[in-house]
Amino acid sequence: MLNAEPGAGGALPEPDAAAELRRQVAAFLAAHDPAATDPAEFLRARFDAGLAWVHYPPGLGGQSLPRTLQKVVDAAFAAAGAPAHRADRNAIGLGMAAPTILAYGTDEQKRRWLRPLWTGEEIWCQLFSEPGAGSDLASLSTRAVRDGDRWIVSGQKVWTSSAHVADRGILLARTDPEQPKHQGLTYFSVNMKAPGVEVRPLRQATGEAEFNEVFLTDVEVPDADRIGEVGQGWQVATATLMNERVALGAFTFPREGGMIGVAARRWRESPQLRTPGLHERLLRLWAQAEVSRLAGERLRQQLAAGQPGPEGSGAKIVFARLNQEISDFEVELLGAEGLRYGDWAMRRPEGADFYGRDAGYRYLRSRANSIEGGTTEILKNIVAERVLGLPPEIRLDKDKPWKDLPR
Amino acid sequence: MEGPAEVSEGAAARERDARLPDMTYREEEVQLRAAVRSVLDDRADWRSVLARTEAAQTYDTGLWQVLAGQVGCAGLLVPQELGGAGASFREAAVVAEEAGRALAPVPYLGSAVLATAALLPAAGQAPQARELLAELGAGTATAALAVPFATAPGAPPEPTVRIVPGPAGDPAGTYRLSGSVTGVADALPADVLLVPGDGVPAGLFAVRAAQAGVTMTPVTSLDMTRQLADLTLEAAPASRIAAGPAAGAAVTAALRAGAGMLAAEQLGLAERALEITLAYVKQRHQFARPVGSFQAIKHRLADLWVAITQARAASRYAAACLAGQDPDTPVAVALAKATCSEVALLAGQEMVQLHGGIGFTWEHPAHLYLKRAKATSIALGTPERHRAALADLVGLPAP
Repeated sequence: MLNAEPGAGGALPEPDAAAELRRQVAAFLAAHDPAATDPAEFLRARFDAGLAWVHYPPGLGGQSLPRTLQKVVDAAFAAAGAPAHRADRNAIGLGMAAPTILAYGTDEQKRRWLRPLWTGEEIWCQLFSEPGAGSDLASLSTRAVRDGDRWIVSGQKVWTSSAHVADRGILLARTDPEQPKHQGLTYFSVNMKAPGVEVRPLRQATGEAEFNEVFLTDVEVPDADRIGEVGQGWQVATATLMNERVALGAFTFPREGGMIGVAARRWRESPQLRTPGLHERLLRLWAQAEVSRLAGERLRQQLAAGQPGPEGSGAKIVFARLNQEISDFEVELLGAEGLRYGDWAMRRPEGADFYGRDAGYRYLRSRANSIEGGTTEILKNIVAERVLGLPPEIRLDKDKPWKDLPR
Repeated sequence: MEGPAEVSEGAAARERDARLPDMTYREEEVQLRAAVRSVLDDRADWRSVLARTEAAQTYDTGLWQVLAGQVGCAGLLVPQELGGAGASFREAAVVAEEAGRALAPVPYLGSAVLATAALLPAAGQAPQARELLAELGAGTATAALAVPFATAPGAPPEPTVRIVPGPAGDPAGTYRLSGSVTGVADALPADVLLVPGDGVPAGLFAVRAAQAGVTMTPVTSLDMTRQLADLTLEAAPASRIAAGPAAGAAVTAALRAGAGMLAAEQLGLAERALEITLAYVKQRHQFARPVGSFQAIKHRLADLWVAITQARAASRYAAACLAGQDPDTPVAVALAKATCSEVALLAGQEMVQLHGGIGFTWEHPAHLYLKRAKATSIALGTPERHRAALADLVGLPAP
């Protein structure tokens, strides 16, 4: 089933390439005993051996192999009890910053940033959204003003995951307010420990703060940390966001593996809570959830067979709606227990915890699913215009200088 | 924000789900689709489909001859040793999609799917079943399964036809049937009726339509592109295809396969309704703009497109499960029929609404799509019935 997407370095058929990778991992493990090596040292060596992310180029942690072979390497290291690079702690770095650096960074930037990013020694965050620029990201107003070989950055960013633990951030800032909004943006990498960077928790409806507000006050960014050309920021950011979609599309789970499984188990365990109306709702939701799972699997099969289709564009719309409807159902099923909430205390979790917490949390947290990562309304515009070929929105903001736009 | 999945749990779930059958369209299926579509584009444009609904013969037997004989649609599910194509429900589903796109007035579902699937389990024992399958596969005869079209796979109705004593001169192996079956699909053009009959033991019988004792009354149907018929038998001669529990099992298997293929038909219907509607909202101007540039319209069409992506996955999963005799087939068919029924209906309704006034006229095909969508959502089990079946299949008991 797996179509070889031929990498520059690998002409081997997949089974042979997999065997070769297992051999390389075995050799690496023989030279670097996981039990006796410092974890960070081990991970750096793994990166240098081209066994970090195999689809990256040689010299940057990979071997230009098909992405599908990554699981072979990960499984071999996991089986040996090797230290993990804690990918879950650096999702933005691995999923968005790294592919952008690879595509647009200079050779020096790739050498400087990719290894500590992959090993987890440097956590990355994304400084894109602003209080005044949500769906309309390109209207953002954080300014970067050139001063010789450095830039001075001021503004406010919001909804920044991991900013409080991050070492670096990818930043989109306005470098030319005289240009129309898409043309005046530039993409940077920012040292989150630099003077003038202030991170504050952003408390959310669920009580805790997964995200942050980041205040930037006269922060110095060396021109050497600019990614892409001056004024090319929108193009670079679009590539970053494409990577976000690719990453989301790869998600896979078994039947009842998602939120519907929680509701179904509750239904089975609680005969006293069942009513005919809830039964009809549950069956409808179960069917929809299972079909959306099949749609995701079908999309993966299409990609593997080399027939990418536009179907993925709808996946997040469905995912968000189902999470909301299922958790809404679950709270109602619980009745009296649904009136209780686990804990409103302000905490700093590393991300959404849909399965570790109670139904009320799921109900509240899922409201954000149709807002974060592209609102459902924006996604419908994208489907309508890019998939269905319907006429674009009439735009009043595309050709005017950014400074003249109403705000 | 969600983390990238490739770096999280992945591997174990991926291994598990590697067992899901192939839900894509394979090369030979794409070729079959092209062949069927070219015939339907030529011979079943919507104007002729509309005209046919008011003709004396509402089924286009000439078109069916071409599809059955030249393209081989009639014999897809018939084994090669009986002269058929020996293909699977994957290919059969592709033909159903095309028939649904065109609202083709041909007995494909009734003959090549329902009747054929009812005969297949008996092919090992009953020579009559083999002979009939050979006739159906060659396109020299057409058959229909004589159950009400609204019957759901899990709940076949009590037979309304029973075995009655025949005259003394009847040859051995001849039975006589009396009774009636209402609302049978694809019976009007059928040469042979497969009739569940009560008696000791109950059985599934083949009745030649053109003989004394068989009366077929056309029904003024909601969907005249697949006109139903009421069937009355008065001591009609019959031969037995299967007896006892095997007969019931054959009917259930046929209804299940039929529901799965009807879901594919609904997918094709929904896809075509969306295409026609998209083309219209792009060229229709009001307020000096294409109406398709208004966000209220764009979002509705985006919703429909998303719903169709879900329907496609459900339909392909059902076809793949039926093709592979997967143990998950009952779940797959229930999911597909429940999902595709609602999506086809949404497509038909949106087609009417988004065309505005023209969409409510007789001279525009929107009403044909709407009627086929509504009729098929009731046929072979409503969405609600299929979801109720899921309750048992996946262990979500009613209160």
